[in-house]
Amino acid sequence: MLHIDNLSRPGLKPASFTLKGGECIALGGPSGAGKSLLLRAIADLDPNDGRVEIDGTSRRSIPAPQWRRMVCYLSAESGWWRDRVGDHFTETDAALALLPDLGLAPDTLDWQVSRLSTGERQRLALARVLLLKPRFLLLDEPTANLDPESTERVEGLIKDRLKDGVGILLTTHLAAQARRLATRQLMVEGGSLSEVAL
Amino acid sequence: MSFISLGPLDIAIAALLLVLNAVFSMIMRLNLEKRMAVAAARMVVQLVLMGLVLKTLFDLASPFLTAGVAVFMVLFAGREAMARQTRTFTGWWSYGLGTTSMLIAGAVVTIFALTTQVRPDPWYEARVALPLLGMILGNTMNGIALGIDRLLNGAARERLAIESRLALGHDKAQAFGGVVREALRSGMIPTINAMSAVGLVSIPGMMTGQILAGIEPMEAVKYQLLIMFLIAGGTALGVMGAVLGGVRRLSDDRHRLRLDRLTPEKGKA
Repeated sequence: MLHIDNLSRPGLKPASFTLKGGECIALGGPSGAGKSLLLRAIADLDPNDGRVEIDGTSRRSIPAPQWRRMVCYLSAESGWWRDRVGDHFTETDAALALLPDLGLAPDTLDWQVSRLSTGERQRLALARVLLLKPRFLLLDEPTANLDPESTERVEGLIKDRLKDGVGILLTTHLAAQARRLATRQLMVEGGSLSEVAL
Repeated sequence: MSFISLGPLDIAIAALLLVLNAVFSMIMRLNLEKRMAVAAARMVVQLVLMGLVLKTLFDLASPFLTAGVAVFMVLFAGREAMARQTRTFTGWWSYGLGTTSMLIAGAVVTIFALTTQVRPDPWYEARVALPLLGMILGNTMNGIALGIDRLLNGAARERLAIESRLALGHDKAQAFGGVVREALRSGMIPTINAMSAVGLVSIPGMMTGQILAGIEPMEAVKYQLLIMFLIAGGTALGVMGAVLGGVRRLSDDRHRLRLDRLTPEKGKA
């Protein structure tokens, strides 16, 4: 259980909610309302105040890198630090096994990052995160640049993870996607968070 | 020693070349004649003042005055290093990082040279200490300015890559590793290049000065070698201190990328 209590940061008023394992919460709201700020604050990527706990253990008592492997944030824009795609993955076999589920060819790992389309980058970045086997996923617009077929594949992977007991908080602009995946919906407007009917 | 002293008239004749420059600038409409005149006047005043200060310092032979001038030199070099950057830290760090690194590197290397190799008597003799410090500072300042500039711009440019790594649970040493290595390399490469080019492309300024002052070429070479090694050591120390100190400030104990501690990029004219 991921418990968020009065989490705040510049641009975000104190927010509280609980995300259970196996539960998916959709996070909606206009662009620039603070959705990404909330996800980043939970992952502890920006200075923030408030209490965040995982199964009663305070985030503060867990080293930040370890925390981010348990509560993993996927940004809308992905970053790459090597030329070859495969060099961004530590477990090549696991990565190869995951590629077909994302509609990517096995030789993708040998491609140059500069050759990738936005959609390919987005799916590979998701693969990178899934391979960490986090307990909670914070996904920022995971299907924003994908065609309908790839969107369906990604949604399938998200559903699989939910069945495995992973708790997922995802931002989406699509009401239909929120209904397909989530059981609850939160809205951020002007930096304040509220729960709305799905 | 076959030292040839210059009179004011000799210098005035050399300054005639500048008049030629000004005429050239006017014919070609470069609009440089005013700037040239101001720069030349500044040079004359600054150097004459420096000569007077140095003469007084040498005569007084006070360790405290010498240390005071050394600190002044470091503070000025720190300001210059900061001014060369397109992006700096906010607040005190913008000036403090480069200046502190330079103070430590300059002090360590200069005192090391004074106490073990050059050994004037007393060891802090201004006639030896200040020129040594000046040469070490000038080069260290270059390296530090380049290193910090690369580090800060690199971190801002590579934000997505760094934050992706942090989000994947990499620690700050891993996430910043590439940018830090780039910054260290760019800070040290000019010194390495200078070492490989020296003696082929140009006679170094200090050696020229010593030879003109009547020193045997081989004696001048030994001094030049000593200085180059000191510069290389000082630059490495200073760049290391500035870049590693800078990356500490760019991150925090929760392994974040703290671009909020940087000023926006200065407008490039």
